Amino acid sequence: MAPVAPRSGDAIFASVERVNSELFTLTYGAIVRQLLTDLEDVDEVNKQLDQMGYNIGVRLVDEFLAKSNVSRCVDFKETAEVIAKVGFKMFLGVTASVTNWDAEGTTCSLILEDNPLVDFVELPDTCQGLYYCNILSGVIRGALEMVSMKTEVTWLRDMLRGDDAFELQVKLLKQVHEEYPYKDDE
Amino acid sequence: MQFFGGSEISPSPPVPTASGNNAYVLYIFNRNGVCLLYREWNRPLKTLNSQQDHKLMFGLLFSLKSLTAKMDPTCVDKGNLGVPQLPGQGCSFHSFRTNTYKLSFMESPSGIKIILVTHPRTGDLRESLKYIYNLYVEYVVKNPLYSPGAPIRCDLFDTTVDQYVRGLG
Repeated sequence: MAPVAPRSGDAIFASVERVNSELFTLTYGAIVRQLLTDLEDVDEVNKQLDQMGYNIGVRLVDEFLAKSNVSRCVDFKETAEVIAKVGFKMFLGVTASVTNWDAEGTTCSLILEDNPLVDFVELPDTCQGLYYCNILSGVIRGALEMVSMKTEVTWLRDMLRGDDAFELQVKLLKQVHEEYPYKDDE
Repeated sequence: MQFFGGSEISPSPPVPTASGNNAYVLYIFNRNGVCLLYREWNRPLKTLNSQQDHKLMFGLLFSLKSLTAKMDPTCVDKGNLGVPQLPGQGCSFHSFRTNTYKLSFMESPSGIKIILVTHPRTGDLRESLKYIYNLYVEYVVKNPLYSPGAPIRCDLFDTTVDQYVRGLG
């Protein structure tokens, strides 16, 4: 039997079970509010959101691979395209665009025009340093680490801080090749 | 890989057990060599303790993948044997058959390896292995009590896999 072809983001999004987007937005908002109350320091909250995202990403990648049938991406460019078109569509219902490639092809920007996490959200003056969607940067970092890519993901533009779109910069630090895990003398 | 012609020449393999179960053993490994799951349905001969058995199986597949990728006549890259590779890279071998069993293998790009040892007359099991991977995602990955990288201790997953594998072939 020939291997099944990869499915498009729209096709998978149509076939998975979906949840009400307001429920999703409000739940995420409640998480961020609770973290702000518990930790009080905006930088700590950013770090916690990133860590939570990392833990999600580590599990999410298997679900993504199982449902979307994509085979191993040949290079980082393909990886970024797959994340933007299939990954974001499958899990958030929106597609992102990939731009701003650097000369070596190791850094790019993912641009999100529409972001379901931030519907109805405004940042008050007390939280000006907060990256509200920092969970997304953790998710991408965690997921890519499980496919042997160590990356650094940072926010360049954030609509909640007055910019016109959400821009995430994804930088590939290195590819970690698999090694034989057992020592030879054991 | 079938050496020395078809299996008709060799003594015919043992008849499957009365339950009609085709499968002998199932292993699931993660990218670090940790055996996440080991199930056996029909394994009369045990020569090694389970630790060594898992290491042997993982090592076998690791070497076999590397070998099959390096011997690929269509591949442009002329890397040396033994050069580490990314999981899922290169041509992916999916099964080998001997006169007594067939071993089917699937690896995801995230390094999860699923191995199913069955009766040698079994057909292509790639879709079945994909289905088992889907079961893994639904029952194990989405289970908040499961910590990634640890052996799977999830009854629901065990029973579902058991039911599915018994229904194969």
